[in-house]
Order: sequence, then structure tokens, then C-alpha cells
Amino acid sequence: MRFGVVRFPGSCDEEDALHACRRFGEAELLWHEDRDVRGVDAVVVPGGFTYGDYLRVGAIAALSPVMAAVRDFAREGGPVLGICNGFQVLCEARLLPGALLPNVGLRFTCREVEVEVANVSSPFTVACPPGRRLTVPVKHFTGRFHAPARELDAIETRGQVVFRYAAGQNPNGSERDIAGVSNEAGNVLGLMPHPEHASDPLTGSSDGGLVFESLARWVEATGGTVPVGSASPGWSPTPAGRHTSSAVSG
Amino acid sequence: MRVRVLIRPKKGILDPQGQAVERALPALGFDGVSGVRVGRLVELDVEDPERLGEVCEKLLANPLIEDYEIEELTPAGAEAR
Repeated sequence: MRFGVVRFPGSCDEEDALHACRRFGEAELLWHEDRDVRGVDAVVVPGGFTYGDYLRVGAIAALSPVMAAVRDFAREGGPVLGICNGFQVLCEARLLPGALLPNVGLRFTCREVEVEVANVSSPFTVACPPGRRLTVPVKHFTGRFHAPARELDAIETRGQVVFRYAAGQNPNGSERDIAGVSNEAGNVLGLMPHPEHASDPLTGSSDGGLVFESLARWVEATGGTVPVGSASPGWSPTPAGRHTSSAVSG
Repeated sequence: MRVRVLIRPKKGILDPQGQAVERALPALGFDGVSGVRVGRLVELDVEDPERLGEVCEKLLANPLIEDYEIEELTPAGAEAR
């Protein structure tokens, strides 16, 4: 099992992500200018402030060369995990439904939260015991998940809500307490809490390790892809076409 | 052509920044101000105005959460005259 962790200019959580991945497999860094994902079994898009978060969080990173490769990898059913800024990048890349908005209250929130695993059959949660709550930290300013009401209904019906903040613990005003959401096929997940920061007993909770352990187990059990078919994020107003590097301004 | 793109949060989207500004105004003695929304303004020169919509949809705005409006600052061909 080999994880690839993407590093962009402005990433800051990639070392912790590597550390978490290495507890359950091998891991290497991918660079934002890479044009392929080097044959890894799973891609992690870590947290940080890619390209300075200019314009909108994740907007510039979504157009980087490596994201074209990640998009192809996801289309073929490969698992992609976006954490925090990585979640924002995947939304901007139209690989996930919805968008992240500034927290209600306009405060940068940095604390531990409890999340419920709302879907235990996702590639990212198969190692989670049913009913188990995970204690993981959040640290973000732009974490309020939003999608139009009709889209939220569809997301819920299809089981795309994978993590939900426990009652009373929603740190940012996310709609329906959504902490982590997948694409329709289930192979792309974004979440605001940081499992990679809670993957080693040394730092307190190691609950987050379950996410990486799930991926490793799932890849070993399935060979590493989900049948994607024609599924695509339903809300996208334009076909999620490949962007060329000339579109990147920063 | 030089254009100005005005980007604002879609109607119905909670705008905490606008709310914070609105709440700050009475402290300065400005009463009677409401409905504050904070957006973004981008000015740019474009060679092919036909593609401007695409530029806005794919990068300058996120159509899921933001509306945008394009204003022409110099009419096409004005530079040649």
C-alpha cells in the first residue's frame, strides 16, 4: 500500500499526513507540478494555505497540474482524501459537491471535536467500529460546508455524508453538521477535521489513524478502485474539464 | 478591453463578514444601515471578451456560492482610436 501526499506551495500539514500514512503503509510526497500521481494507491491532499489562499480558498490549487492528474486518478476510481484545505481544493476542483465558507462567527477555530461516522462502509471508514465516535482536532477559518438544500438532500440520500459533528460540536456552522462528504461514487472524501493530527498516541487521540487504516485495508481488500461509472458531482454547472497549466496564474 | 468583475455572495448565503460590518456601524454613529454584503472586485484587461464568462465561472467566482457581474470599463476598440 503506497500513499501519495500532495505538497503545494503553502501546504503545512503534509508531514503529519506522511507520518499518519506511514503507520499503515508506505508514503511519498507528490509535488504540485507533477503531471501524474506516480502509481500510488491513494492520494492525500493535505491541509494548509495553498497558493496563499488567494482569491478563494483552494481555487488556485484546484487548477494546478497535479490536480489534473488527481482528477484522472479519481475518475478511474482511485481513493482521494482531502483534509481541511485539501477538502476546499477538492470542492473547487469539482471533485466534491458543495463549497466551504467562512465560519459562522468569523473566528479561526482550533480545538478537538467529536465526529460521528455516518457511513461505515466507505473506503475511508471500513476500519471504524460501528457507532464509534472519533476525537480529532479542527483548525480552520473557512470550514462551513454549504450546498443548496436540494443537493444536501441528494447527498444525504446517497450516503455521501461520511462524517458528522456530534450534537452540539459543530465548530463552524456547517449545514446539517456535515464534517466530511464524499463524491457520488464514494472514492473521493473531504473532511474539515484533521485525522492526521490524531494518528499517534503521542499527541493524545489516535482515532484519526482509523481513517488511514481504513484506506490501507480497503486498498488491500479491493485492489484499490471503486467502480465509478458515469457518476460525477451533480451540481457542477460546467463539465469538470481538465485545466491546462497555462490557466494557473500564481 | 478593460473590465471590472463584481463578485458577491449569492442571495440567501449567510455572509458573516457583512453582518460584522453591519454590527460595527452603529458604534460609529451610523444608524439605519442594513443589508450589508461584502464581496470582491477584480479588474482585468482581456483580449477576448467572449471568454470572460468562462474566466468568471471557472476561476474568479464559484457559481455555487457567488454571483458575478461584468462591467466594461473601456469599450472594445477604444484603444485603437
